[in-house]
Amino acid sequence: MNILRFITAGSVDDGKSTLIGRLLYDSKSILADQLEQLEKSSAKKNDKGEIDLALLTDGLRAEREQGITIDVAYRYFTTPVRKFIIADAPGHVQYTRNMITGASNAELIIILIDARQGVVEQTRRHSIIASLLKIPHVVVAINKMDLVDFSQDVFNNIIIDYSKVAAQLGLKDVKFFPISALQGDNIVERSEHMSWYEGPTLLQFLEEVPVENDINLNDQRFQVQYVIRPQTEDLHDYRGYAGKVQSGIFKKGDKIKILPAGIESTIESVEIGGKELSEAFAPQSVVIRLTDDIDISRGDAIVGRDQGPELKSELDVVLCWLDEKPLQPGNKYYLQHNARTVRTVVRNLEHKIDVNTLQPLEVSTPVTLNEVVRAKLKTAAPVVYDSYENSQTNGAAILIDETSNSTVAAVLFQ
Amino acid sequence: MSEYKLDYLQELEAESIYIMREVAAQFEKPALLFSGGKDSITLVHLAKKAFAPGRIPFPLVHIDTGHNFPEALEFRDQLAKEVAATLIVRNVEDTIRERKLTEPKGKFASRNWLQTYTLLDTIEEFSFDACIGGARRDEEKARAKERIFSVRDEFGQWNPKLQRPELWNIFNGRIHKGENVRVFPISNWTELDVWNYIREEQIDLPSIYFSHERDLIEHEGQLIASSSFIRLDPEDVVIREKVRYRTVGDMTCTAAVRSTADNINDVINEIKATRISERGETRIDDKVTEAAMEDRKKNGYF
Ligand SMILES: Nc1nc2c(ncn2[C@@H]2O[C@H](COP(=O)(O)OP(=O)(O)O)[C@@H](O)[C@H]2O)c(=O)[nH]1
Repeated sequence: MNILRFITAGSVDDGKSTLIGRLLYDSKSILADQLEQLEKSSAKKNDKGEIDLALLTDGLRAEREQGITIDVAYRYFTTPVRKFIIADAPGHVQYTRNMITGASNAELIIILIDARQGVVEQTRRHSIIASLLKIPHVVVAINKMDLVDFSQDVFNNIIIDYSKVAAQLGLKDVKFFPISALQGDNIVERSEHMSWYEGPTLLQFLEEVPVENDINLNDQRFQVQYVIRPQTEDLHDYRGYAGKVQSGIFKKGDKIKILPAGIESTIESVEIGGKELSEAFAPQSVVIRLTDDIDISRGDAIVGRDQGPELKSELDVVLCWLDEKPLQPGNKYYLQHNARTVRTVVRNLEHKIDVNTLQPLEVSTPVTLNEVVRAKLKTAAPVVYDSYENSQTNGAAILIDETSNSTVAAVLFQ
Repeated sequence: MSEYKLDYLQELEAESIYIMREVAAQFEKPALLFSGGKDSITLVHLAKKAFAPGRIPFPLVHIDTGHNFPEALEFRDQLAKEVAATLIVRNVEDTIRERKLTEPKGKFASRNWLQTYTLLDTIEEFSFDACIGGARRDEEKARAKERIFSVRDEFGQWNPKLQRPELWNIFNGRIHKGENVRVFPISNWTELDVWNYIREEQIDLPSIYFSHERDLIEHEGQLIASSSFIRLDPEDVVIREKVRYRTVGDMTCTAAVRSTADNINDVINEIKATRISERGETRIDDKVTEAAMEDRKKNGYF
């Protein structure tokens, strides 16, 4: 059994809450007392006499009314095959920020389309974010099929339309599902109304879509989070570098180098919980020991000797701005790249990226909340990174405002 | 198919260990809030694993309401000794006396609410800048949106304005003086994940998690241990039953479930079969209002 993390995206009223409720309900993740509470607050029932499943996620609804900013809520359900973690990003005003936050950890995105409306502007935006953040798997769920008489033509026409969008954006691995979240068609149970559809149900697909192939086993990348030095009598000289394998396989005897210093060494052992492992791979949290005594600290990278990542202090990046306060060119920010934090200034704003069309726009006004911009950063010390294109684990960072301590931007290294 | 893949429990463990290490690296004075329940016992196990062969680099802090199960306290002391961690215990009783607080009255008078005072005092006493807790997002609707690094203001309060977007595995732990961060390393675990992990890693639990005989009273369908902390009324009938606890909190506000499950496999099977949520089945205090949890979070309890 493994884990699939996915995000759901849709415009308001496309049926996102109903779909999530349906997945939780039909997979029996909602327990009796929770249902009872729902029933109390649910006047509306569908024709099977079921309660309004959208209410399962109404924690967010209440806040929406109060005008509080919530970027993402997380939901969980498990089937015998997989554990699922859903990032539920509300689709209102701050949707870009919300979606980027939720999408940053997602291996799959479900884009909802209302069958009556087909591909709309929002669909494009969601797809652009999916492509910007390189979400490996895209599912297009064409919802409310019950309102278009479960028509195969409607479904096929939307596929044709969406495929054009996908091709423009370079989205690969797109799958289409005709569903009714309200009635449960093709979500967990096969639809009785769409015998023309021969593919898997949505849940079946979520259970089967291979995710382990997305792990990079080639490029050895490891960042030191914390140095373990027990300094007890029996472990007097012990020095272990605790961190998470970002990619590649690490094992005893591997010839590595430490960046940014450029010092070479060899792996003495890979351990977890004080026990030696034969090898480690992403996303394992381990301890690496080296044969040489070297001064290594938090944020240093341990990488394969001949597979160098980039090592630069002038960086080409895409910034997704997440803060109410606009970007201040010339101000200093912290760049946090996992365990390594360096000070930085935003040097050049090259062009904004229109999140509706992906077209470059001239930077004539400040970069504000939800805007995406291509820029150059100058850092106070070199950063060891890969392009986001090649590595989601070593190619992303955040910007932090020095004065407010807020996380103000998502950074994608180019 | 690749052989390089993690089981879901290993993946959850790896994420939690990563978070523990971020706390140790980013903060000057972190602490682990130890409640005595299975979730915080799991946290201690994860912390041990994260820093082995070194010691856990932060103290375990227990806010003792004085209403705990004796079995849980005994277990706490034993565990702290075993992992060689510093154990700090602060008593709600003392806070009540020193601050002249009014004790709640009633049949199941709970000190849960007063716990907040002691916790905030303790945070101030030791200048803790990060407190690790065992809350999970699946516990309750209000928790679903909680961050893994949740920033609290000087009053320990959860303020939506202070909450930051959390992207990838990057945790921003920068705070201003006086603020602190609550960190929830097992946010992404469900109740069943915790139980399965406990089985997988053979983690010891206090005996009350398994079937045992106990004197109880039945109140509105819930079984409450008969103890000096609750008020026995004439109409109460003390019964003796085979029960276990699904969560362990105060004796005044944790209900037992009838069970003959005396080993972890049986407990897991029972939990899988149950149609009632953890909180619904075992927490009396949450029934008061649906927003109870939210209120307590805002006030700094979590
Ligand atoms: N007929 C029909 N109505 C649906 C379907 N899915 C959702 N709805 C309805 O569409 C409305 C909006 O759904 P909701 O889940 O709240 O949308 P959200 O804003 O995307 O979360 C509600 O009245 C739902 O009952 C569907 O498959 N068929």
